[in-house]
Amino acid sequence: MRLDQKCRYNKTHEWIRVERCEALVGITDYAQDQLSNVVFVELPEIGDEFQQGDVFAVVESVKAASECYMPASGNIIALNEELLEAPELVNEEPCTRGWFVRIALDNPTEVDQLMDAQQYEAYVSRLVEEEGRQ
Amino acid sequence: MTYVPHTDADREAMLKAIGVRSVEELFADIPDSVRNPVLELPPPLSEMEVLAELREMSEGNADLDHYTCFLGAGAYNHFVPSVVDAVISRAEFYTAYTPYQPEISQGTLQTIYEYQSLVCGLTGMEVANASHYDGATALAEASLMAFEVSRRRKHKVIVAPDIHPEYRQVLRTYLRSTGLLLMGDEDPQAGLEDLAALIDGDTACVLVQNPNFFGELLPTDGDNGLSGLAHAVHEASGLLVVVVDPISLGLFKPPGEYGADIVVGEGQPLGNPISFGGPYLGLFACRDKYKRKMPGRLAGATMDTRGQRGFVLTLATREQHIRREKATSNICTNQALCALAAGVYLAVMGRRGLRQVAELCYHKAHYAARQINKLPGFEVQSDQFFREFVVRCPQPPVEINARLLERKIIGGYDLGREYPHLADCVLLCVTEMNTREQIDRLVAELAELS
Repeated sequence: MRLDQKCRYNKTHEWIRVERCEALVGITDYAQDQLSNVVFVELPEIGDEFQQGDVFAVVESVKAASECYMPASGNIIALNEELLEAPELVNEEPCTRGWFVRIALDNPTEVDQLMDAQQYEAYVSRLVEEEGRQ
Repeated sequence: MTYVPHTDADREAMLKAIGVRSVEELFADIPDSVRNPVLELPPPLSEMEVLAELREMSEGNADLDHYTCFLGAGAYNHFVPSVVDAVISRAEFYTAYTPYQPEISQGTLQTIYEYQSLVCGLTGMEVANASHYDGATALAEASLMAFEVSRRRKHKVIVAPDIHPEYRQVLRTYLRSTGLLLMGDEDPQAGLEDLAALIDGDTACVLVQNPNFFGELLPTDGDNGLSGLAHAVHEASGLLVVVVDPISLGLFKPPGEYGADIVVGEGQPLGNPISFGGPYLGLFACRDKYKRKMPGRLAGATMDTRGQRGFVLTLATREQHIRREKATSNICTNQALCALAAGVYLAVMGRRGLRQVAELCYHKAHYAARQINKLPGFEVQSDQFFREFVVRCPQPPVEINARLLERKIIGGYDLGREYPHLADCVLLCVTEMNTREQIDRLVAELAELS
């Protein structure tokens, strides 16, 4: 599993990477792998405001359409428009070129409450283990 | 052989779990007298006798083989070429179910795809779905779709009062528990400018019908026409939804040319008989950019692994069987056989044939209106109309219709039922099925009443 040590992670499999008062948000390698081939990403609009936990995007794969939840409160300042033409970037480079939105953070301390890379890795392996048991 | 999945032991365990002694106890709330009443049925009959009895019963109906019809108001008596029935009666079509498996459903999928393509061509839209239950549900689904397009932020649905009254009832039922606000039809005489005045930042969509319920053609061009209304609603980031009569599109401009974002309509006039009210089909088409918010089933063309053209259900992730409560709609089926009939009809008629049907309707209706308008006491209220028009009558429409029915003529729709200001008016409909002789006979009957 590809993990970025600089990112923080949500239980719903979004990552957030803080750069000063701004942050990039996308979905994790584990999430894209579960979804399989991503065919469309429905992004919000610039200026939209979200609270932590709000649905901000819908990612559609050949298997399902799933909501993406905001890891921290903020408003949208940029969108990855490349995804509209090339949604496969979410599968190919989920932590880098496959980012979804750039947000201006309302409260950067919210990010500190999220899992770091090690905690997320442990969380995912627990999930995989549970799945294996079922 | 009956297949009962539960054994006696299963049933006993289930009863025990809920603390009930017997299955009968579950029905204790239903009084004994009505639980298993003795039905007073006549003695058994032979097949021959049953058929004779059923025929006798069915002959009590005023059907269109024996009556002349001047009633429209949402269901229209058009000619259905024999090829329509010949195609839809093939067992591959009339017994087929949801074509989820493309490897065994290419024929069905192709007919849906062709139907969709024809609906796009007819309406001037870019994407059409595989159909809804009827025109009314298609309209209700369109307003829910507009709400979704606004990302559930705009709550106002502006509805024109000259949309079919029953469509507006279905709309109200649909929207009752959604938090959407329906307005615009409080004043039965509100016009396009009144609707435009209601548009604001909270407006998800404006719904209009063209030709409207009274058969009138709304102006399409200019600021005061539908294109002006489209502009006004687009300025507010809302959508324009137009209810169409598909036959009228053989002759008049499709809504795609005057700014519509979603086009819906009753598809029955296309190759489907009136059949005492159903089954019908709802046409539904929209702009490409909104396709992911479109309700219903969608067939698409694709390429198989050998490079051959094929068809599949597509964008299914919008649908309820995959996306559950987040689906674009609760409707996960379509009127496949009726849509097939509509598709075959359009293919057979072609552009020229459909135009000819529309022209015949238009000219015959205008001939009838001119003749009726000459009668003392009768006054045609409509100016620009397609195949239906409003006539003010010297006597209550109920009485006129009763008298016509005695003479095997089905009269017009009594508008007073829904529009108080049109209490003594009927809505008459003339199609290509009405001969000049029939029209003259109607005029002669009405003349006796004037």
